Amino acid sequence: MSFINYLSREINCKIVYYGPGLCGKTTNLQYIYNKTNPEAKGKMISLATDTDRTLFFDFLPLALGEIRGFKTRFHLYTVPGQVFYDASRKLILKGVDGVVFVADSQIARAEANQESLENLRTNLAEQQLDLDEVPYVIQYNKRDMPSIMSVEELRAMLNPTRVPDFEAVAVNGDGVFDTLKAVAKLVLTELKRGTPK
Amino acid sequence: MASPQMVMYEEEFNQIRAIVDRLVRDANAQVVFIIDKNGQLIAAAGESEQIDTTSLASLTAGNIAATGGIAKILRENEFTTQFHEGERANIHIQLVGNRVILVVIFNNQTSLGLVRLRVKKATEHLNGIFEILLQKAQDPNQQTPFAEITDDDIDNLFND
Repeated sequence: MSFINYLSREINCKIVYYGPGLCGKTTNLQYIYNKTNPEAKGKMISLATDTDRTLFFDFLPLALGEIRGFKTRFHLYTVPGQVFYDASRKLILKGVDGVVFVADSQIARAEANQESLENLRTNLAEQQLDLDEVPYVIQYNKRDMPSIMSVEELRAMLNPTRVPDFEAVAVNGDGVFDTLKAVAKLVLTELKRGTPK
Repeated sequence: MASPQMVMYEEEFNQIRAIVDRLVRDANAQVVFIIDKNGQLIAAAGESEQIDTTSLASLTAGNIAATGGIAKILRENEFTTQFHEGERANIHIQLVGNRVILVVIFNNQTSLGLVRLRVKKATEHLNGIFEILLQKAQDPNQQTPFAEITDDDIDNLFND
């Protein structure tokens, strides 16, 4: 649910990074944080366990610039990927304007990707949202790992509707901003269309 | 979309601003915030410049969401009030109309009783204002600032 403030001439949108445990959601946000000018970003918050696994969410506020005098601000969130944190994932999805599904390209994580994507669809449906109608992109992360699936295989498995998808190595930043720009653009285009209804 | 968009207009913003300003004075509080349930800061009054308001807004919304999740498990509708007591600062969090969150930060210059009393009064006023805002947001004739935006405008945002 975007928030339009006519007084401060701001538009705020919420983007959620979703995906299986250890796929690189937090790494995406960390890279964006490290590479963004200080004036365009706020503090990054990570609610993590002692072993640096996401417990509740990571949060990064980002200003992308102005459109016709309106400042566009994006709040980026990650969900905890581990299966048993499902209740937290549902909470973070509330009011989402755009979704990035971060898939782990490694062959061994194929099933985890599918489960997580199915979980995303189910959790969105609980708040009357259809993944096929929400601004949504996919990132195939960890392209530098040795035992990975081909992009064609990943696409066939995870992207039957052919939403915009990107290869990435989030630790090096490859594909990170391409993914962010694509989802931000879809969110703004959706707002332009005059939703929500 | 499941939940309607939040749109803030000058008239309602000024009314909200007046309520939070008054609440700071009446409750003798340090800071008062209004945040929507998705973590967007709507208004702030008092000594807010010393606080990272964006982070506070997001964490408070997360806190309310988690508490709401617990309520659901216990088959409660919502826990509408939370209070956290610290050594120097205390925080009172109130859910208003299940839509926005009223946060009051105060020290030992005032009492929890007074804060509660003033929050209750402010909540009644805020409820009415957000009801009007919701109606305006759902009005199909209401223009959004995005209506005139072109694909080129969006593309230009990403040309770096």
